[in-house]
Amino acid sequence: MKKWALLASVLALGAMSSASQARDLTITSWGGSYQTAQQDIYFKPFSEKVGKPVLDESWDGGYGVLQAKVKAGAPNWDAVQVEAEELALGCDDGIFEMIDWDKMGGEDAFMPAAVSDCGVGTIVWSLALAYDGSKLSDGPKNWADFWDVKKFPGKRALRKGAKYTLEFALLADGVPADELYDVLSTPEGIDRAFAKLDELKPDLVWWESGAQPLQFLASGEVAMAASYNGRITSINKTEGKNFKIVWPGSIYAVDSWVILKDAENKELAQDFIAFASQPENMAKLPEYIAYGLTNKEASSMVPDEYKADVPTTPENLEEALSLNIDFWIDNSEALNQRFNAWLAQ
Amino acid sequence: MTARLGPHLKASALVLPLVLFLALFFVWPIIAMLKQSVSDPVVHNTLSQTSAIAAQWNGKAPVPAALQDALVADIRATTDRQEMGAVVRRLNSAKSGFRTLMRKTRRAIRKTDGPINLGEVDKRWNEVAWWHTIAQASSPYTDRYLLAALDYGRDKHNQIVALPEDASANRTILARTFVISLSVMLSCLAIGLPFAMVIASTSGWLRNVLLAAVLLPLWTSLLVRTTAWFIILQNNGLINSALQALGITDQPIPLIFERTGVIIAMTHVLLPFMVLPIYSVLLSMPGNLMQAASSLGAHPIVAFLKVMLPLSARGIASGSLLVFMSSIGYYITPALIGGPSDQMISSVIAFYATESANWGMAGALGLVLLSITLLLYVVYGRLSAEKKGVA
Amino acid sequence: MTEQPYIEFRKVSKVFGSLTVVDHLDLTINKGEFVSLLGPSGSGKTTLLMMLAGFEDPTAGDILLGGSVLNRTPPYKRNMGVVFQNYALFPHLSVAENIAFPLKRRGVAKAEIAERVNRVLEMVQLPDQSEKLPSQLSGGQQQRVALARTLVFEPNVVLMDEPLGALDKNLREQMQYDIRRLHRDLGLTIVFVTHDQSEALTMSDRIAVFNHGKIEQIGTPQDIYDRPNTHFVAEFIGETNLIPVKYREGDHSRCSVTTKTGKDLEVTSPVTLFRGTEVLLSLRPEHIELGDSAEGLENAMPARISDVVYQGDHLRADIEVDGTKLVARLGRHLPPHDPGDEVFIGFRPQNARVILP
Ligand SMILES: Nc1ncnc2c1ncn2[C@@H]1O[C@H](COP(=O)(O)OP(=O)(O)OP(=O)(O)O)[C@@H](O)[C@H]1O
Ligand SMILES: [Mg+2]
Repeated sequence: MKKWALLASVLALGAMSSASQARDLTITSWGGSYQTAQQDIYFKPFSEKVGKPVLDESWDGGYGVLQAKVKAGAPNWDAVQVEAEELALGCDDGIFEMIDWDKMGGEDAFMPAAVSDCGVGTIVWSLALAYDGSKLSDGPKNWADFWDVKKFPGKRALRKGAKYTLEFALLADGVPADELYDVLSTPEGIDRAFAKLDELKPDLVWWESGAQPLQFLASGEVAMAASYNGRITSINKTEGKNFKIVWPGSIYAVDSWVILKDAENKELAQDFIAFASQPENMAKLPEYIAYGLTNKEASSMVPDEYKADVPTTPENLEEALSLNIDFWIDNSEALNQRFNAWLAQ
Repeated sequence: MTARLGPHLKASALVLPLVLFLALFFVWPIIAMLKQSVSDPVVHNTLSQTSAIAAQWNGKAPVPAALQDALVADIRATTDRQEMGAVVRRLNSAKSGFRTLMRKTRRAIRKTDGPINLGEVDKRWNEVAWWHTIAQASSPYTDRYLLAALDYGRDKHNQIVALPEDASANRTILARTFVISLSVMLSCLAIGLPFAMVIASTSGWLRNVLLAAVLLPLWTSLLVRTTAWFIILQNNGLINSALQALGITDQPIPLIFERTGVIIAMTHVLLPFMVLPIYSVLLSMPGNLMQAASSLGAHPIVAFLKVMLPLSARGIASGSLLVFMSSIGYYITPALIGGPSDQMISSVIAFYATESANWGMAGALGLVLLSITLLLYVVYGRLSAEKKGVA
Repeated sequence: MTEQPYIEFRKVSKVFGSLTVVDHLDLTINKGEFVSLLGPSGSGKTTLLMMLAGFEDPTAGDILLGGSVLNRTPPYKRNMGVVFQNYALFPHLSVAENIAFPLKRRGVAKAEIAERVNRVLEMVQLPDQSEKLPSQLSGGQQQRVALARTLVFEPNVVLMDEPLGALDKNLREQMQYDIRRLHRDLGLTIVFVTHDQSEALTMSDRIAVFNHGKIEQIGTPQDIYDRPNTHFVAEFIGETNLIPVKYREGDHSRCSVTTKTGKDLEVTSPVTLFRGTEVLLSLRPEHIELGDSAEGLENAMPARISDVVYQGDHLRADIEVDGTKLVARLGRHLPPHDPGDEVFIGFRPQNARVILP
């Protein structure tokens, strides 16, 4: 008799453990101080609200990573924050779930660039020229200065890849912002960008994860770097640095939440994205990190003190430009291939 | 009969897990990689009518109406977005611009059930080059990845031509991969051989300490070790601060983002693979051979050259091979410590796999790397076999 | 002999940490002499040999060769051939190459090398094995190659450290014979380490018995066997009966002692002692004679046989004399005795030797 009781309890335990094996909602973002902020204002409050644990992971981008996860079936991430290009590619490829816009509060509540079939924009961020104000009192003003190694000696750090790099090169070469993508769409324009890069090649250091340019700046390894604007403001705040952002010539883009196709917690992920898109939640972000907000109402709720550091503030937008996603989804592979070949030479 | 078969079967059963393991995690991935690098089924399968007609087409303008209609029909028939996504990816990778073109076209086709003039949807469809790309993609097998892996491609007459130098640098990177691996191997040898001899000649706690000094790096994660080297090698890092404090240099020597730094860090990481095989060969050698040589009149240097070196040859060879083969696949260390001209072939493979999801290209590069490695191994086998024959 | 010693150890000591392995040792060896170093494990034999070969430096004292101090000469300049216990053949070289090794180091011409290698291979009776690798040879063959490699360059001295330890009995005897023959034919000076006493006895001109880093006794095999000076040597070499007795009187070597039961015996002694000194009497088993009566026996004593064991070429008897147990080695031709038989034993005075306990 006892034996049977034991067996039954073992089976019950087994059933319980296999039930609890169901994966918790897993949200993947870009790590660093940004993700720390997200934990405070999105992940933890949402977890408390629904009474379920929420896991978060970080990644460094790469469309192949997402595609491989979806292709293999049962992806182990649910909601992922992606860049605009990954959103467009993935949406074309059908590796993301469709967004239930009614849950999100309607498409009109957001700025137009934040709305897509498969993603909800969550921040506007910039890749901008940054330097250490405590080392350079009269710092660079634009990308032409970035290229000027006589006036500003030292190495420079750029984000590894063709995207942004080619734009910056053309801006440095004097191409006006509004003609940039027209020039870049011609073979001559591409050659021109690479020729400009050739000039600076010996002084360039390439970074792949967002924390690296800050490290390089802090250690004095480089004199200037292209960096995510939000990280610059955070490190100034948390570590008392005096890193400066040069807004003219910065390129901004929207990052969006997507849900991987057939993810186990796709329903809950929709709820999470809706939660993170609510104005009162979103409006807390600039206090932590200086990114622009996509929800119109949230934008209007941001206190004035944070506005100076946010890419979407009109003064900062004045000479900034928007990343052309269509250009990049068409040309990313060919240009990156050429960029890699150029790097390797 | 059964009595004789029994033990045999049991023995086979014992190795079965190993065989299964090898098949599952070694043979199968290689076959999958091979297949990935030559198969190109997406356009053939998804745009099946288009492919059939494209095969008949002589490639001359104007584009046959049947081909255009077939494309429209194929796009209409494909409801699976992932499937169509793969087609678009494949076409855009051969010719930039297909992505926006197809997006526009699909949107137009979705709007109506009637016939569609593609030239009106987007004037690019009037250019024959876009159709050539579809035609070239319509065979289920392709050599384009393998060709591209070696910096070759096909021109519009379908002839194999070298790609322009600034468009593809795989051969350069492959050559560099071998140069770096060779340098790492040699520096591991230069440090590892004397070190192994020192360890073998000691005993007791001293030997344990020395062995631990080699083994310890194996017990820390590669990333941690590489990061540590980053800190040590940077301009205001340990080495440069020390050199400057000692007044040896007044400018920091560039070590980080340089080949030197990569080789130093990789040598450190791979040193155990050189030391351990040599050490084990030395251990299996009688301890008094050097004494014997010197009693026979050999100066210590001669004794080293004539006795120690030939006897450690086996360890040196397997250590070198291990180090060389491992460095060929290195990725993290060159990525973090090296500059752009120190990147090795793995980082290119990683780019295709994780960034652009171009599995064909990743597979083809992997295959090229595997073939060259196997070739080197065969050469090595030949050489060492000949040596034995002479001795 | 008035010959000047060829090898000379003068107050040589070797200390490893706190362990004194060789202790103020004096030893001289003449040219052409075959000297065995015999002693228990750890007594310092190998260390002494290694110092002679130059692999170890003496902590104190001097080693001389032909009258000049060797201490600072590196091993490769000493021209001493060493045959190691494990042969130490170079595994990657063929037999011929192994043997040619010392000749090449001395810049001997190619043709001469070939000739000398062949000659020495004949000498060790391995003429057809020259192309083989050491691993393809038997233990005895490897041993002979090692010997050939040492002999080929005609060294000043040949040092052998238990060279026969790994061989079976027949092969060992064959090799013992070969080495002796070569020693005789070539006039070699050989220092031979062994802890096999019968090997030392059969091969050596002189034997140095080692104990705790010191030489207990050095002498010809006969000296050592028949006239051990110390308790240790008597016990270590061969088998002996040690009988506690009291010294009575004597002059020079001949003397008399008294047993526990008060019987006086005529024996020999290396030294003259005070009357009543307690000493031991060493009596080899084969020197005990047996008789049915005391008649015809020197130092005759009544005894009782407690056991007899057949040993092939001889009989071994346990005998009790006045409550003392002795071992005797008896010829097979003697009339059979059974346990319990009452007999007499005796021995010649020159065969019983007084030693200090
Ligand atoms: N290099 C060394 N370091 C420390 N102690 C040593 C060393 N070489 C020898 N000894 C010690 O010296 C002592 C004598 O050693 P040795 O090898 O001379 O003895 P042996 O008489 O040859 O003995 P065996 O018959 O066992 O070969 C031993 O106690 C040994 O442990
Ligand atoms: Mg020894």
